[in-house]
Amino acid sequence: MATQPTAKRITDIGPPNYEKFLHPVITKNYGQWKYHETLAPGVLCHVAESGDKIYTVRAGSPRLLSIQSLRLFADLADKYCGGHLRFTSRNNVEFMFDDVAKIEPLKRELQAAGFPVGGTNNSISNIVHTQGWVHCHSSATDASGLVKSVMDELCEYFTEQKLPAKLRIAVACCLNMCGAVHCSDIAILGIHRKPPKVNHAVLPKVCEVPTLIASCPTGAIRPATVEGKQSVEVIKEQCMYCGNCYTVCPAMPMNDPENDGISIWVGGKVSNARSVPKFTKLAIPFLPNNPPRWPEVVGAVVNIVNVYAQNAKKFERVGEWIERIGWPRFFELTGIPFTRYHIDDFKHAGLTYARSTHIRF
Amino acid sequence: MADNGKRKTKLLDQLESGPWPSFVTEIKKASESSPVCDDLLGQLELSYEEKQGHWKHGGIVGVLGYGGGVIGRYSDVGDRFPNVAHFHTIRVNQPSGWFYSSEAIRTLCDIWERHGSGLTNMHGSTGDIIFLGTKTSELEPIFKELTEAGFDLGGSGSCMRTPSCCLGPARCEWACYDTMKLCYDVTMAYQDEMHRPPFPYKFKLKAAGCPNDCVASIARADLSIIGTWKDDIRQDDAAVAEYAAQGLDIRKDVCDRCPTRCMDWDGQKLTIANRECVRCMHCINVMPKALRPGVEKGATILIGSKAPIVQGALLSSVLVPFVPAEELLETLQELIKRLWEFWDENGKNRERIGELIQRVGMAGFLDAIGLDPVPEMISAPRDNPYIFFQAETEEK
Repeated sequence: MATQPTAKRITDIGPPNYEKFLHPVITKNYGQWKYHETLAPGVLCHVAESGDKIYTVRAGSPRLLSIQSLRLFADLADKYCGGHLRFTSRNNVEFMFDDVAKIEPLKRELQAAGFPVGGTNNSISNIVHTQGWVHCHSSATDASGLVKSVMDELCEYFTEQKLPAKLRIAVACCLNMCGAVHCSDIAILGIHRKPPKVNHAVLPKVCEVPTLIASCPTGAIRPATVEGKQSVEVIKEQCMYCGNCYTVCPAMPMNDPENDGISIWVGGKVSNARSVPKFTKLAIPFLPNNPPRWPEVVGAVVNIVNVYAQNAKKFERVGEWIERIGWPRFFELTGIPFTRYHIDDFKHAGLTYARSTHIRF
Repeated sequence: MADNGKRKTKLLDQLESGPWPSFVTEIKKASESSPVCDDLLGQLELSYEEKQGHWKHGGIVGVLGYGGGVIGRYSDVGDRFPNVAHFHTIRVNQPSGWFYSSEAIRTLCDIWERHGSGLTNMHGSTGDIIFLGTKTSELEPIFKELTEAGFDLGGSGSCMRTPSCCLGPARCEWACYDTMKLCYDVTMAYQDEMHRPPFPYKFKLKAAGCPNDCVASIARADLSIIGTWKDDIRQDDAAVAEYAAQGLDIRKDVCDRCPTRCMDWDGQKLTIANRECVRCMHCINVMPKALRPGVEKGATILIGSKAPIVQGALLSSVLVPFVPAEELLETLQELIKRLWEFWDENGKNRERIGELIQRVGMAGFLDAIGLDPVPEMISAPRDNPYIFFQAETEEK
């Protein structure tokens, strides 16, 4: 168990103040930046009102990083950046410095160490993702392996800026969506497809039944007495496999190797640029879990990216492109079958029905 | 076992080839300094063979006096992989904007080498530095060394989760307020609520410097703070002409892409009807040398976004259309106080504030927190006639 607190126990100090981690050029020009240019994929130059410049080199990481790789980043920061570095909201590492001559040697060192340089502007930046089988109890699939498999095929879109607009991919290994895939251009989402299997033997010991019943968004869980013990039963027809009951009660396991798998979603965005932020919409309801390389998922994502790249106009994000051409054309161009599962039948379902005769033939 | 004494990982080894950096390679690198990584690879290989995870549900572990910051994680095949039988996650509060010195990175690595697997996420979805995998007995020593080095734990459970922000004024000309300072100040102001979960469910706050929203605050934060400006877009006509001279099709790529068509280009001069501009950022993104946000800067405060669990995914919606940058922290703190009170009184167990607002209605929520309704809060007035008139109106 936990050890006794020491006399000088320090608590509630919060994070270190960021000011001490900033490059001197950043400290000097803080809040005084004038404009920026992209010099090459993964290479930015920000110019301050003072005329000072700071160069940034961005490299992709697998998010799951060993201390060995972090120490390599620290060494590179010492060699090129006076000991300063940062990470982006999409798990890239960034090195900033004020000498233009350092760009190429730093790029070469990063590339030689296996970290591709890119991820800026009209590229596919790093995939935001969750823990998956590496560290999560509720995952319907792995996350790191999916990301690795997909990015191996799409790496050229990270190291170049040849898409019509930026393209953001996210992976979440269950409906909890720690990876918040609900607003990405392309989302890869692990799903369960069978109701939880109630473990009646342990349920009364490890779960509060009223909390468990209240956890179900569709009211599919009701009390039941099984072999004289208080437990619950699941109304199968009302279960959409969200796993929320499992989160509050470990006696409701969801894992099912045969039926768990992947769904693909498209057309979301968080930026307010041009069109308003949007949710992703269902493209493919189910693909099998097929580790270690998930060929069906990789093929589906690469297909959507390629069709988008060939058909979208300049500046159109995936969702904006689909709004222009319409969903029937999206399914036609991608060859993805349209099924009953694409039509919403949950709360507020009618909002996505076509309520006009605006049909493209 | 392979010849080198390591476990055989036939499936995972296939993820070491290809151009994208490999997490399997990272786990193998970490196994140089920490043998537990070998068991992690073994268990993961088993998951790849069986197509299912092998981590057990939670478990309450932590450091003394804190109710969060550590996620308990146990293997359900601990007999076969004893070094990962306990494999807890630690969330360490990141510095604003994820800036570090190489010295700070090495300090974190050294602590984690002494007490854990040597595996990290830089960073987790909410923004924290994630230390992946240690034993219960190591938690207090890690906490002691982290705090002595100036780091603290982040949030987990039904608490104020670790706030995060874009790099804002540190390296972006579009920052409409100091996201870095706001994130730091908010984090420091709510240490108790971060470390001792007091709420019905989690509460996330993200600070984005402009409507491009690089931290996805509108999709991922219960309270989204997004920089904006009130006055006119700053315009450098010479620089606009330069973009045109360099081949940018200003009519097609800028004006025609404007969501309110508030811009006009006659081949010589760009005219912007700023009253119709919705601050979407497209034109500024395309011509960063020529166009910039105005000088009357501040932020829009939005509320309620979340992922699907429990009642469905939500995007945040406007609560306060504009707060001047210099008033932002004070306004936020007053607002947070009121909405936490409302949530505390009315929220059900595991009900996010956005879901609560959906349940009780935005108007009732506004009454409770003392905000007047304004038309910026809606995309359109209601389209149904089912209006619940209040009692005093009926009596007249």
